Amino acid sequence: MSEPSVAIKSEHDTHEFIVRTKNLIKEYVMGDTTLRALKDVTLDIRRGEYLSLMGPSGSGKSTLFNMIGGLDKPTSGNVFIDEVDMAQLDASELAYLRCRRIGYIFQTFNLIPVMTALENVTLPMIFGGAPSDEAALKGIELLKTVGLGDRLHHKPTELSGGQQQRVAIARAFANDPAIILADEPTGNLDLKTGTEIIELLRNMNQHEGATIISATHDLKMVDVSDRIVWIRDGAIDRIDERADIDLRIGEMDGVAH
Amino acid sequence: MRADQGGAQPERLIGGAHHRQVQLPLKKAFEIALQSIRVRFWRSMITAGGVLLGIAFLGATLGQSIILSAPGAQREVGDALSKLQREAQREESRQRQAWLVSMSLIVCTVGIANSMLMSVTERFKEIGTFKCLGATDGFIVKLFLIEAGLLGICASVLGFLIGFVGVFLVALLQNGLKALAWAPPNQVLTAFLASVGAGMVLTILATIFPAIRASRLPPAAALRTEI
Repeated sequence: MSEPSVAIKSEHDTHEFIVRTKNLIKEYVMGDTTLRALKDVTLDIRRGEYLSLMGPSGSGKSTLFNMIGGLDKPTSGNVFIDEVDMAQLDASELAYLRCRRIGYIFQTFNLIPVMTALENVTLPMIFGGAPSDEAALKGIELLKTVGLGDRLHHKPTELSGGQQQRVAIARAFANDPAIILADEPTGNLDLKTGTEIIELLRNMNQHEGATIISATHDLKMVDVSDRIVWIRDGAIDRIDERADIDLRIGEMDGVAH
Repeated sequence: MRADQGGAQPERLIGGAHHRQVQLPLKKAFEIALQSIRVRFWRSMITAGGVLLGIAFLGATLGQSIILSAPGAQREVGDALSKLQREAQREESRQRQAWLVSMSLIVCTVGIANSMLMSVTERFKEIGTFKCLGATDGFIVKLFLIEAGLLGICASVLGFLIGFVGVFLVALLQNGLKALAWAPPNQVLTAFLASVGAGMVLTILATIFPAIRASRLPPAAALRTEI
């Protein structure tokens, strides 16, 4: 691709925090009651780190995920990506952000069912303006990296859950984004496949240098994270550095859990 | 020390060039639209069927009026009726037919709108995913309009052929080969273009409101849909 993404990344290296939220509040009005999903969340996320948002269902981690990813607007408060306030961006700038700067991975994979694996992976590249042959070549490389080099032309219905998530990961990295947002990436996968996916994410974090923010309640994520943010009832409970956590992982059937 | 209020300019984030836009090449849009039609084939055919029937009726009516107005086709109704009275009768039946055709086209449009609304609703999750990959609201509307346009054009052409040719065949059977002269090509062409045009306009009208509404969903809401 012709865009000098490397040059731009180094220009932004002066910012230690790639994502900052400031006094985020999100309220849902349902009839007479107002549900406060996020209560004044302020969080700074460092460039290149692997951060896990941990919390039970209903804690607000998915809502926080949506705010950071620009998938929804907060009721009040700001989200800064590379020190740019997302509320200042117009619709096409937001679309550009989602296309080129952020990659998304979801619990339910969210692949386009009418397209093959390769077409799914190349779609964001085409939106980003890449010519189709370049996009196809890069797509093939990405799918090989995630171990699906022999399933380029399979549709999602012909792939297992773990394989679909791998395609989703390849797609998320398609435009070399600075941020990867993963919402419960192992939620619909069995233990062994989930572990493989987490390994894959960790490898890509270290090789590509992308910041990975994952909302999860899978404790296996804790082991590979740099920092863990515990969320409860819409507020941050505490933030742990991985080094400060004493983690003992039990084994079952010879596989670490 | 980190920067506090206000934040940096958007240019720095999107690479310093305001012309950096996401794009949807027309060829890719057509590919996606065709794939969508193929995957929901029978449902697409029902939508198309609605257009086809409406345009077939329109084609038949236009065909009939072309044939009846051809010079050799005047029937001898009997000298009892004066020319004026015959004119008045013909005008009345023309108005009635126009009303009938309009009503049937409205009914068809409502049917198409219903089909398209369903088709859009069941694709909310897909729309949310597209937006996460960088699609703008405009891309979504464009994709749905292309899909509707393709269905509309094929169904209209087929509908016109069935309606017009049907009426024409009846005329041939009743009156023999001299009926061939009753459909001058330029009138047929006008009728054809009018019918196909009407079909496309109706299909697009029926699609545009569901498509615009769906395109405005924020991605989080679109992805949350359970269908």
